[in-house]
Amino acid sequence: MPKRVETVVLHDSSTPIFGDIEKGGNVVITTLDTVLNQVRANSLFPLTFGLACCAIEMMSTAGSRFDLSRFGMEAFRASPRQADLMIIAGRLSKKMAPVLRQIYDQMPEPKWVISMGACASSGGVYNNYAIVQGADQVVPVDVYVPGCPPSPDALLYGIMKLQEKIKRGQSPKSFKELRVVETQARQLEEVEA
Amino acid sequence: MEVLRDVVKPLIAGFGITRKRLAHEKVTFFYPEEKREQFPRTRWRHVLTRYESGLERCIGCSLCAGACPARCIYVQAGENTDQERFSPGERYAVRYEINMIRCIFCGYCQEACPTGAIVLRKDFELANYRRENFIYTKEMLLEPVPAQVD
Repeated sequence: MPKRVETVVLHDSSTPIFGDIEKGGNVVITTLDTVLNQVRANSLFPLTFGLACCAIEMMSTAGSRFDLSRFGMEAFRASPRQADLMIIAGRLSKKMAPVLRQIYDQMPEPKWVISMGACASSGGVYNNYAIVQGADQVVPVDVYVPGCPPSPDALLYGIMKLQEKIKRGQSPKSFKELRVVETQARQLEEVEA
Repeated sequence: MEVLRDVVKPLIAGFGITRKRLAHEKVTFFYPEEKREQFPRTRWRHVLTRYESGLERCIGCSLCAGACPARCIYVQAGENTDQERFSPGERYAVRYEINMIRCIFCGYCQEACPTGAIVLRKDFELANYRRENFIYTKEMLLEPVPAQVD
């Protein structure tokens, strides 16, 4: 049976495109990106994307007992346009996977993904036809947090690992790689569903 | 007079609440600096324990793998010989692997274990960047040999 191929639109008219910036050529930036990485790591805007019981622990992390705002990311955004961190909290069903991918595509660059819990990371106990066996089949995942569900401190540890990763970050070779703004419209991409 | 009633009085009431909250006990755990005390029955990272003599408790019976609802434990058993002795019984675990990212930390393996070899301790800092790093091998799970007491 041939696989069903779904086309996902990566870009739409509401994202600003700055075509002229790319014409400026390669600007090698050394110090600025270090500063930017610090800023990015310490003011992440998570997306409210709770899929199951892990979302309860995610909410608890944002609460006053564990207080996510100590890491500068208390503002959970309901709109993917305003978020740059997606915490996939809960089991991801095959029906939800295209939705997740679309929301991920709508998030502005740079963006990161935390796969929270056993189900989102690998399927967990749900080794069946309905659940995607690992969210990394749909979106690129930066940090996996095991646990069922992970306690708020385990999630905080995962977030700290992500902040480390962002702060270490790849040093960009050009203004385009710096990803301050999107320089060109991304091409259509075919995703096997 | 209206200003006093509509503006000043609510302001004082509002700051009164703030003042009351300032005296409130602090509830936040400052996680990376201070770790909260985990509850007594918290189940996190697995550890394969040893006897006080240094021999492994695990006898490679695979009961933990059978009890696991997520099927995340793999045990391969081998025979002990008098030259190479790992555990007191006949058999020991040559390979003992847990897929930590599929594990749901239910503790059924701990309940199933006849020798109390596998226990779930309270180390929760398991997050990592790559899925391959979550296959915990026997070397990672075994606790170190206890120091010999004279």
